[in-house]
Amino acid sequence: MLPLRQALRRPLTLVALAAIPVVVLAVFFVLPVVGMVGRGFRPEGHWDVAGVIEVLERPRVHRVLWFTVWSSTVATAITLLLGLPAAYVLHRLALPLRRVVRAALLVPFVLPTVVVGVAFRQLLTGPLDWLPIDGTPIAIIAGLVFFNVAVVIRAVGAAWESLDARPAEAAAALGAGPWTVFRTVTLPALRPAIVGAASVVFLFCATSFGVVLTLGGLRYASVETEIYLLTTDLLDLQGAAALSLLQLAVVVVLLAVGARLRPAREASAQRAPTRPRRPRLSDAPQLAVTTVLLAFVAAPLAALLVGSLRVTTSGGERWSLANYRALSSTGSHQALIEPATTALDLSLRIAVDATLFALVLGLLVALSVTRRTHSRAERRLRGVLDAFFMLPLGVSAVTLGFGFLITLDRPPVDLRDSPWLVPIAQALVALPLVVRTLVPALGGIDDRQRQAAASLGAGPLRRMLVVDVPVLWRPLLASAGFAFAVSLGEFGATSFLARDENATLPVVIFRLIGHPGPMNYGMALAASCVLAATTAVVMLVVERLRVPSLGVL
Amino acid sequence: MTLSLRDVSVAYDGVPAIADVDLDLPDGQVLAVLGPSGSGKSTLLRAIAGLEPASGRIAWDGDDLAGVPTHKRGFALMFQDGQLFGHLTVAANIAYPLKLRRVARAERRRRVDELLTLVGLEGYGRRLPLTLSGGERQRVALARALAVEPKLLLLDEPLSALDAGLRERLAGDLRRILTAAGTTALLVTHDQEEAFTVADRLAVVRAGRLVQEGPVADVWRAPADPETALFLGYARVLTGDAAAAVCAAAGVKTSGPVALAVRRSALVLAEDGPLSGVVVSARATPDQLRLVVDVDGVGEIDAVASSGVHPGPGERVRLRAEQTRLSVVP
Repeated sequence: MLPLRQALRRPLTLVALAAIPVVVLAVFFVLPVVGMVGRGFRPEGHWDVAGVIEVLERPRVHRVLWFTVWSSTVATAITLLLGLPAAYVLHRLALPLRRVVRAALLVPFVLPTVVVGVAFRQLLTGPLDWLPIDGTPIAIIAGLVFFNVAVVIRAVGAAWESLDARPAEAAAALGAGPWTVFRTVTLPALRPAIVGAASVVFLFCATSFGVVLTLGGLRYASVETEIYLLTTDLLDLQGAAALSLLQLAVVVVLLAVGARLRPAREASAQRAPTRPRRPRLSDAPQLAVTTVLLAFVAAPLAALLVGSLRVTTSGGERWSLANYRALSSTGSHQALIEPATTALDLSLRIAVDATLFALVLGLLVALSVTRRTHSRAERRLRGVLDAFFMLPLGVSAVTLGFGFLITLDRPPVDLRDSPWLVPIAQALVALPLVVRTLVPALGGIDDRQRQAAASLGAGPLRRMLVVDVPVLWRPLLASAGFAFAVSLGEFGATSFLARDENATLPVVIFRLIGHPGPMNYGMALAASCVLAATTAVVMLVVERLRVPSLGVL
Repeated sequence: MTLSLRDVSVAYDGVPAIADVDLDLPDGQVLAVLGPSGSGKSTLLRAIAGLEPASGRIAWDGDDLAGVPTHKRGFALMFQDGQLFGHLTVAANIAYPLKLRRVARAERRRRVDELLTLVGLEGYGRRLPLTLSGGERQRVALARALAVEPKLLLLDEPLSALDAGLRERLAGDLRRILTAAGTTALLVTHDQEEAFTVADRLAVVRAGRLVQEGPVADVWRAPADPETALFLGYARVLTGDAAAAVCAAAGVKTSGPVALAVRRSALVLAEDGPLSGVVVSARATPDQLRLVVDVDGVGEIDAVASSGVHPGPGERVRLRAEQTRLSVVP
C-alpha cells in the first residue's frame, strides 16, 4: 500500500494548502454569486427564465450595453496609443527623473475611482468649462484612459525593458532600418504583452464603476452602473441580477480569450537586456506623446488640489484651508451622519484588515498554484485551482457587493452587522492583484535551488527560509501596498455594504458630491485630495520596491 | 576591399573595454579574434558592426564608417546563439534580409534553397526555429547571414554554445562554407581549436588590447609573450636554467636568458635522450602515455611516451626535446 499512499500524499498536501482559500472563496464568492443568479432566475421561488430574457430585451438595456462596448473599445484604443510611446520612453530611454515620472504615471491606477471622477468633474467644470465635454461620453472616456494608462506603461514597459536586444541587433546587421526592426522584430516580440495589457484595460474599462458613475450621471450608464441604479434606486433586483449574469458571462469569455491569446512564456536560456540609451532626435514623437500624457495626468490632479484650496465667500473666491477643516464636520444639509475624518479613520482600519486578509489568502493561493507537480492528476488539480482563484478578477465589484447583500444576511452565514463584511469584500477584490504579484516571483524560483539546499542538508522550513523568503519579501510588501491602495479606494462593493453610519471615505465623497451646497462640494474635493495623497504615498513606497507586478496581469 | 581599424577604443561609463586597437583584414580572409572571456573581443566585434559607439577610425575600403548606422554597413552579424526570429520559419528567417532588399519572390525562394543546401539543411525550410537543435539553429543563422552576400561576416562565438563533438564538426563545415562563399569574415572566439580550424589569420586580445596579430601558423609558432603562449595551448613557460637546459637538449641556439614555451608533447621518452629524470606520475590515454617527470636541472615537466612502454612512478627515464613543440618567447 505504500506506493498508493505516496502517490496520494502530494495531491493531498496540495489540497490541504488550498483548503482555506477554497473555503473562503466558496463562502464569500461562490455563495453570493450563486445567490445572485438564483435571484435573477427564481425571483419568487420558481424558475422564471422569461423574466431574465425580458430584462435583456429592454431598449434601455440595449443602450447601456452598446455604450459599455463602444466606450470601452475607444478608451482601450486611446490608452494603447498614449501608453505605448510612453512605455518606450520610460523604459528604454535614459532620461533624467525617469523613475519619478514612472512612479507618477502609476499613481492614477491606484487612485480611488471616485477621486478620478471628482478630479475630472472639477477640471471640466472649472478650468476647462469652455470645452463642452462635461457630462459627455468624452469625459467618461478621458477618465477611463487616465485610470488605465498605467497598466499599458507597466505591462508593455516591463516586457520592453526585458526584451533581448540581440534579435533586433541581428536584424539591423542584416540591413533592417529602425522602423523595419520595430515592425518585424520588436512588435512581434511585444505582441503578447500588448494583447495582454489591452485585454486587461478593456476589462477594467467595461467594468469601471466609480468613474462612469461620477462622470456619467444618469444619462450615460455602463452595465456596471446600471446594476447599481437598478438595485439601489429602482429596487429592480431581477433586472440587476440579469445584468450581473450577463456581465459575468461576458467577462469570463473575455478572460478566456485573453488567456488563449497570451502564448506561454518562452523559456530563454540567456537574455542580454539593453541598457537605456540617450534620446535621439528620432525619439521626438514618442517624447512628445509622453509629455502630452504627463500633462493629461497632471491636469485633473492639479485642478483637484487647487479646487480643494479655494473657497467662495461673500467677497469672492480666495485661498483657504477651510475645506480641509470642514472634514471634521458632517457637511451642510446633513449630508453625512458621521464626520469625514471618522470615515477616513474607518477606511484606514478597514484597509489594514483587508490587506492582512488578502495577503494571507493570496500567499496560500500562490503557494498552492506554484507548487511543483509530479503527476498529471496533480497538474490538472492545480490548473483547476488556478482558474478558480482568478474568478474574482472576472466578477465586477458591484456584482460581488450585491451578492454579499442578498446572501450573507441569513444563516448559514449571517454577517449583516459584522464589521468583517466590508474588509472581506475588499480583500476579495484585491486578491487577484496579490496573487498575480506573488505567483511570478514564486514561479520564477528555480526549483533546483531548493534541491541544492536539500542536498546540502536543509529541511523544508530551512529551504523556505533560504530560498523562498529572500525572493518573496519584496513582492509580498509590494502586494501589501497594492491591496492597501485597492482597499482604500474600493467603491463598487463597498457602496453596497457600507451603512450610512460606518461609511468609508470613497462612499462619503460620493455622498458629498450628491448633496447640494458649495461646502459639501469643497469637502468632497478636500477628502479626495487626502485619499489621493494617502494612496499615492503607498504607491510610491511600492514603486521603490521595484517589483514588476503589473507586468503579468 | 579591406577592413581597417586605427586606434579604436570603446569605453563603458569611462571604463575602457577595448583600447587603441589597430587591425587590417584583407579581402577574402577569415580572421579569428582570440581572447579569454571578458577580454573585450566581443565589444570589438560590436564596434565594427556599429552597435557600440567607438572612438578612433573604423574604415571599409578607406571610407570612415563613423556616421554609418548598423543597417547601412552591409556587414552581417551572427550571434553565439543564432538569434533566429522565433516567430518566423527557417525559410522566412533566411529570406528576411532578402525581403529587406526587395528581392523578387522566385529569386528569394531559389536563394533560400541554395543556402539551405550550402549549410546542409535541405528541406528544413518550413520548420520553426524552436524545433531545431542547437547546431541546426547555428547553421540557419549562418545561412541567414550569408543570404545577402555581406561585405564582411561578423561571427560572435558562433560555435561556443554547442557541445564539443558538434563544435569540432561544425568548425570544419564553417571553414568549408566560408571558403566556398569566398566571404571575408571576422570570428570572435575563446577557443583556440576553433580559431585554428576556421581562420587564416589570428588576432589575440587580452584585457582590451591587441597583443598579437598575423597568419595562424606564425602566431601559433611564435607567441608574443608567455601569457599568450599559455592561452594558445602551450602547457608551461620555462625560464632561467630550466629554459636553457631544454633549449640545449632541443638544439635551439639562444643568446642570453630566455623564456621557453613548451607544449605538453615537447619532451618525449627516448632511450638515448639528452635529458634524464624521475617519473612522478603516469597516465595512459588512448593515443599515448602522459607523464610528469622531475627532470634534472629543469624540474617537474610534462612528457609523453608511446603507449607501448609503461614506466612507473619512481623509475628513472631519459627524454629528448622536440624542437617543433617549443617556442622561444621574447
